[in-house]
Amino acid sequence: MAVLVYTEAAKGKIRKTSLEAVNYASHIAQLLGTTVTAAIAAGTDAALLPELGKAGATKVLTLAGDKLASGNDAAWAMALEQAAAAENADVVIFSHDLSAKTIASRLAVRLKAGIVAGAVEYPTVNGTALHVRKNAFSGKATAVYAMHSAKKIITLLPNSFQVKLGEGTATVEAFNANVDAAPAGIVVKERKTRETTTVPLPEAELVVSGGRGLKAAENWGPLEELATVLGATTACSRPISDMGWRPHHEHVGQTGVAIRPNLYIAVGISGAIQHLAGVNGSKIIVVINNDKEAPFFKAADYGVIGDAFDILPRLTEAVKKFKASQH
Amino acid sequence: MKILVCVSNVPDTTTKIAFTNDNTEFNKQGVQFILNPYDEWYALVRALELKEAKGSGSVTLIHVGPAENDAVIRKGLAIGADDAVRIDAEPADAYFVAEQVAAYAKDKGFDLIMTGKETISYNSSMVGGMLAELLALPYISLATKLDLSGTTATAEQDVDGGTQVVECQLPAVISCQKGMAEARIPNMRGITQSRTKPIAVVPVSGASTLTSVAGYTPAEGRKAVKMIDPANMDELVQLLHNEAKVI
Ligand SMILES: Cc1cc2nc3c(=O)[nH]c(=O)nc-3n(C[C@H](O)[C@H](O)[C@H](O)COP(=O)(O)OP(=O)(O)OC[C@H]3O[C@@H](n4cnc5c(N)ncnc54)[C@H](O)[C@@H]3O)c2cc1C
Ligand SMILES: Nc1ncnc2c1ncn2[C@@H]1O[C@H](COP(=O)(O)O)[C@@H](O)[C@H]1O
Repeated sequence: MAVLVYTEAAKGKIRKTSLEAVNYASHIAQLLGTTVTAAIAAGTDAALLPELGKAGATKVLTLAGDKLASGNDAAWAMALEQAAAAENADVVIFSHDLSAKTIASRLAVRLKAGIVAGAVEYPTVNGTALHVRKNAFSGKATAVYAMHSAKKIITLLPNSFQVKLGEGTATVEAFNANVDAAPAGIVVKERKTRETTTVPLPEAELVVSGGRGLKAAENWGPLEELATVLGATTACSRPISDMGWRPHHEHVGQTGVAIRPNLYIAVGISGAIQHLAGVNGSKIIVVINNDKEAPFFKAADYGVIGDAFDILPRLTEAVKKFKASQH
Repeated sequence: MKILVCVSNVPDTTTKIAFTNDNTEFNKQGVQFILNPYDEWYALVRALELKEAKGSGSVTLIHVGPAENDAVIRKGLAIGADDAVRIDAEPADAYFVAEQVAAYAKDKGFDLIMTGKETISYNSSMVGGMLAELLALPYISLATKLDLSGTTATAEQDVDGGTQVVECQLPAVISCQKGMAEARIPNMRGITQSRTKPIAVVPVSGASTLTSVAGYTPAEGRKAVKMIDPANMDELVQLLHNEAKVI
């Protein structure tokens, strides 16, 4: 019996969310007295695979099969079902990203597995059940689910667990999946990859976010400068993306992306409950607002009352000075 | 063009959340429930637009939930859906919902099954993929645009690190988010008509309960905010480094 983890590489690295998933799996494997097997697409650069061992996998299966390369989610679910059978795995772990929403949901049906989507803590073992915690009601509570089914799938909310790499090593085995029976699925006509050097929002540890307080699209310069010196990713409130001041993928909140970075700096954002719903999982929140009554201050760790256009350049300078002193 | 739209009811984000029975049950008392925004604004409105563009067809709502949720279904009917189906059960989890919807939909000949991206109460984003697998259909997740031409669906969807344009053959399952459509406000005529539109109540068939909620924990508030002198940004940086340890 092993714990199986679905992993991916992108941009010449094992994805951080995959390393989080392997770490999490290795925690469960210890609770259950078993080992971790990571599944990854065949064709992934072999030089990257040792990273999975360092994260806690003892075996890596490189999954090959006709329809896998095109990202056919139904084929991937079939392949993982076969890998789970081969590894005798009752528990399968994913990151709660696109793979969870497409492949894990299908795999749950194939395995008749209970699924907890978006776990935020390590599980506990309770007889044959696993108890897993996730967020509920826009961050106003967490819910603990008891998973009763024989097979279990858990998907992890990105950035909920800090990646720890050790000295472990993993054996690598090729695994030929038989996915001929998978339906044709969807055909990708065109891919539009975002050309950014920064970390994508859901994975970002540092985020600088702007709201209507910045008044116009052309005023984002000082905010971007702060983000650049911090190495942070930029985000915005909903009206900002609605007005087309910033791209739609930067919109955080209840109807946008939910994030949980280590640091969220909110500039000129009032702190409406629907905005908080997407960011209140952040470890530390800094609010910069010229209205001392702005509701966001109640949800912040550090607050600065003042004009964004005055504060931002000075904060940027202070960060630069700090960074220089670190060398 | 027969479209099925899956709708859920969720507590309005602005309502207070409370639990009973030693924090094992969600207390619905006094909670304002709304139609899940992703289902209402994007899935339902786009379904109506597609039907209108075609000039024929039907948009059916399906909801898994008890009779007290009818108000939320009526809202969907007021916006313009033709009829509704309610599977009469308190849904245990996404699997339960998907199984019930699939059991209903499997022999009804829907061309398109639309869901929201996720419920705003549990943010699972699981029902769509499960439905696709149960019904052996293609699944377009997190779509921001959807167009039909004959039996081909073309959609734009969010993927990790970008977007992509995809195509598949109908019937298909699609989960919808921002970009799909603009929210519609029901007019008086819609509201009046919704009162007489049918909601068919269907009993549960062979439900699986694979998970259950063992308990809830209300979120702890943050510690009181520390205000920093706007003239002293060095102090903020030092606190972020030494105290918060995030930079
Ligand atoms: C169902 C629903 C879902 C929603 N989903 C989302 C969501 O996902 N995400 C989201 O963000 N919103 C969402 N909203 C909208 C939300 O309710 C708020 O309207 C929105 O978050 C407000 O954006 P804002 O804070 O940028 O603007 P405002 O509320 O206008 O706040 C601007 C702030 O900037 C401050 N300010 C002004 N000038 C300056 C200055 N010079 N320097 C510093 N500060 C300044 C002001 O004091 C004010 O606090 C949703 C609403 C609904 C009803
Ligand atoms: N009880 C329900 N009845 C009908 N559809 C639902 C129900 N719960 C969820 N859905 C649909 O499934 C989508 C995704 O929900 P979830 O996977 O729970 O985040 C929602 O946006 C709805 O379209």
